[in-house]
Amino acid sequence: MSIKEIFENMDYGPAPESAGDALAWIVDQGSRFGHFINGAFTEAGTGFDSRNPATGEVLATLTQATQDDVDAAVAAARAAQPAWEALGGPGRARHLYALARLLQKHARLFAVLETLDNGKPIRESRDIDIPLAQRHFYYHAGMAQLMDSELPDRQALGVCGQIVPWNFPLLMLSWKIAPALATGNTVVLKPAEWTSLTALLFADICQQAGLPAGVVNIVTGDGRVGEMITDADVDKIAFTGSTEVGRKIRQATAGRGIGLTLELGGKSPYVVFEDADLDSAIEGLVDAIWFNQGQVCCAGSRLLVQEGVADAFHDRLRARMDKLRIGNPLDKCIDVGAIVAPEQLRRIEDMVSGAEGTIYRANCPLPEGCYYPPTLISGLSPASPLMQEEIFGPVLVSSTFRTPAEAVALANNTRYGLAASVWSENINTALDVAPQLAAGVVWVNGTNMFDAAAGFGGVRESGFGREGGWEGLRAYTRPRGDTATLAPVEAFAGDSAEPQPVDRTAKLYIGGKQARPDGGYARNIHDATGKLIGQAPIANRKDIRNAVEAARGAGGWAKATAHNRAQVLYYIGENLSARAGDFAALIDRLTGDDNGAAEVEASVNRLFTAAAWADKFDGGVRSVPMRGVALAMNEPCGVIGALCADEAPLLGLVSVMAPAIAMGNRVVLIASDPFPLAALEFTQVLETSDVPGGVVNILTGAHVELAPVLAAHMDVEAVWSFSSSDLSEAIETASAGNLKRTWVNDGRARDWQDTGDTRDFLEQATEVKTVWVPYGA
Amino acid sequence: MTPVTVKGDKTAQLPQLQDARNPGMMLDMDWVRAARANRSAIERRAATLPGRRSVKKEYQAAWLARAISCIDLTTLAGDDTPGRVARLCAKARHPVRADLLEALGLEGLTVGAVCVYHDMIGPALGALQGSGIPVAAVSTGFPAGLSPFRLRVAEIEESVQAGAQEIDIVISRRKVLTGDWQGLYDEMRTFRAACGEAHVKAILATGELGTLQNVARASLVCMMAGADFIKTSTGKESVNATLPVSLVMMRAIRAYHAATGYRVGYKPAGGISKAKDALTYLAMVKEELGDRWLRPDLFRFGASSLLGDIERQLEHHVTGAYSASWRHAAG
Repeated sequence: MSIKEIFENMDYGPAPESAGDALAWIVDQGSRFGHFINGAFTEAGTGFDSRNPATGEVLATLTQATQDDVDAAVAAARAAQPAWEALGGPGRARHLYALARLLQKHARLFAVLETLDNGKPIRESRDIDIPLAQRHFYYHAGMAQLMDSELPDRQALGVCGQIVPWNFPLLMLSWKIAPALATGNTVVLKPAEWTSLTALLFADICQQAGLPAGVVNIVTGDGRVGEMITDADVDKIAFTGSTEVGRKIRQATAGRGIGLTLELGGKSPYVVFEDADLDSAIEGLVDAIWFNQGQVCCAGSRLLVQEGVADAFHDRLRARMDKLRIGNPLDKCIDVGAIVAPEQLRRIEDMVSGAEGTIYRANCPLPEGCYYPPTLISGLSPASPLMQEEIFGPVLVSSTFRTPAEAVALANNTRYGLAASVWSENINTALDVAPQLAAGVVWVNGTNMFDAAAGFGGVRESGFGREGGWEGLRAYTRPRGDTATLAPVEAFAGDSAEPQPVDRTAKLYIGGKQARPDGGYARNIHDATGKLIGQAPIANRKDIRNAVEAARGAGGWAKATAHNRAQVLYYIGENLSARAGDFAALIDRLTGDDNGAAEVEASVNRLFTAAAWADKFDGGVRSVPMRGVALAMNEPCGVIGALCADEAPLLGLVSVMAPAIAMGNRVVLIASDPFPLAALEFTQVLETSDVPGGVVNILTGAHVELAPVLAAHMDVEAVWSFSSSDLSEAIETASAGNLKRTWVNDGRARDWQDTGDTRDFLEQATEVKTVWVPYGA
Repeated sequence: MTPVTVKGDKTAQLPQLQDARNPGMMLDMDWVRAARANRSAIERRAATLPGRRSVKKEYQAAWLARAISCIDLTTLAGDDTPGRVARLCAKARHPVRADLLEALGLEGLTVGAVCVYHDMIGPALGALQGSGIPVAAVSTGFPAGLSPFRLRVAEIEESVQAGAQEIDIVISRRKVLTGDWQGLYDEMRTFRAACGEAHVKAILATGELGTLQNVARASLVCMMAGADFIKTSTGKESVNATLPVSLVMMRAIRAYHAATGYRVGYKPAGGISKAKDALTYLAMVKEELGDRWLRPDLFRFGASSLLGDIERQLEHHVTGAYSASWRHAAG
């Protein structure tokens, strides 16, 4: 086309980034890659092709890892770990800093290689993926530097198995490797089989940086390799990927006593109020759902617009869609690149075909090949399958709402809970709605903002654990010191009854009321000498159902002020203290020991400590690179089910209950299995202490019967177990149903008299929600 | 050799020759008050646009030529003389060296207009005779707009009388800052009426309006009152044209077009001195308003030094070697 013609039609024309250097790097490596194990590349073996999705061309041949490869990688990581941890924070910081620097020096090479391998526009890999990857290494170099002084009571987990997805190959690698290395862990990482090249280039960088052999190991292959890593002798699995695979990993790691963080799928709501800057909200959608071809776990894929402006909003949105440019990902003038692989393209096509609602496809030329047009499906309701199912492509679905309350209800009408956006120029609306959204990350008047200093992660079936910030660091550490094995605590048996002045009937405590067990059965309780001292109701699955329902109904507790919650906790402590003698005697009688008085005193103390923390377990403001604030808010998990310690019938229960309700949770507590009567007596203290009905529910019965029911309950956000029964595996397996958080003892004992671990309880009782609030008058 | 920007005997730059001229409308305060501008989001869009849109090689050369065709080549200095203005007008007629234009196949390329103070209208008209390039005059007590209202109106009338085909008026910033939207509307209405057939550009002086929301509202009010163009700045404020301000004004123009069917032009002025910046502005116009606006009747750069940088880039395109300023005629 002549310049004169372009002068008239003002087309953009091609603006290709050269692939030359990246292709040359591949050729330099022989175009065939082995694994990176113990500081060296292995010989390339049998494997598969890695293709450029935009052209279908083979970029390189990769090796499918065998069990021997994975074993070798884990062994190398295991061998390297003690010295790496012993290097100390400042020593590790130097290495992380070198990695960050090298990522920066080779930034364009990484960006072009990423785009070749993944199909994402070069603008994104160049301006977003690679700079953020660098940022994570810089940030965590700082964390390594500070670890010895700031986290003196924490130590590395050991060897971390890490499995990352294909949508942000290098960035997800960085999110995983940087915090692991900073805290003294070594890693075995598997990139996705479609997008392994930047991980292999990163391995090259590790060699250049002089990273000790075995600290970073990278093995390539498909999901079978992921399974091998999951099954290997590792101390933690960190996974980012689909909810379906996350669930399998939860089951596969159940009961092994290893750490687990899962960052899974989403169907994130994008809520637009009528008083929003609508043009900016529309532009935000481009960054929400047409970023990385919509292949983003936290993509704002579910648009909710206030009815009054919905028509105008959709008209303008469609006009904006027509301006998107789709095509060669290496072109610097492209908004939407190639879908990562033909399989994925077919998946999107299958999901959209036959969808209800009005389908609008952007009126822009679509190249041949692995491309899918930006698409809007409007006029849907929450009952529409596509309003619930993650498409993982450039497809936006939309619906409308009338009021802020309805916006929250519709936004939260999902199994997922990763991210959310709220658009309103009214600070009252935005800051009221943001905390109510079930999500780990909320963006006010923005979308898809990420930074190493701000935690990222989900709730519900979007997984658990955070990446980034101090909260992300904790997921790669554990408390220092060893714990003892917890021996099973047996109930006493016997047959001699002791006459009582007046017969007492202990009941379950559900919804603030004494309740007979649904099954109508009770168990005889004997003291150490074999004397029958009473009966404890035997709760069954329906009692759990009722208790969870009561707890769910007591949501107002989370909205009560922290001061009010503290007042209730102090009052419980006061009333328990008034009956200290009774409880001490009862505990001694139940346990056949003489710790009763100490246990009551510790329980009162625990209540006071929780009350003290109620209004002091603050969140934070994170230093992210923008004009605005990123609030790290500690929010209650919701409904927590807990199997309380057997050996400390009162203190074990109070130690769980107090911090949980202090943070605004509601609890379903299964009392000490062998010694249940102290907990039932305690319900009388609760009844006289202004505890709203449903906030605390107490059941008694066999832990082994009740734990799987509680752990499988879909309306429970977290399950804890300190039971002396061997329940950890059963709980973690059953928790996979809704991917609730678990905190189990793995058969290890806890010193309930120790008061130093309150922070652990508070952290387990809260989810960190990051609320991004950019501002500007 | 026919100038590419000239059709018939009248200039193609004036909007009324292509589309129906914006007649204005009743002041719609509901609309004005509903205008929102989220600064952070707007800044994000503006900051990422240059990374999203890129034009290279012959496309870049064509775009830069397009930028030249949209320049209001400007001199607004106290020491302007007829000789100085004549030199500027000569540059307006021949903005790029003839051999370069020939190599580009764009013989006859001129700038969009020449912009001067009232007293220089006559010399400019003389120097531009037969070129088809219109003369724009800044008016209404430019740049502060604080002289008596009747004198501001009279200044317009005299400039039109003197032959200016475009009048760049300054709005009363105080009416925006105090929320006197009716006052702003009435003032603009009067200015528009005084312009008669000459087309009117409303200078908002965005650097003095305090917020992007004020920019959005002032843009709407001026268009409702019949502005043919809205323009960012006089070039004399401490902050002149910026991409975020441009985004807000372009979105207001788009909304006005959607509601009324009339196209209002956009003129960023002041601070745009690099060829690369010009490309970004053109890309923003293309993205936010559409190709129709990429013509001098709907888009102008208010600039004095931009042309020099573009000339150097064009020579680089033609020769492959980086250029020097002294190889191009002074303006």
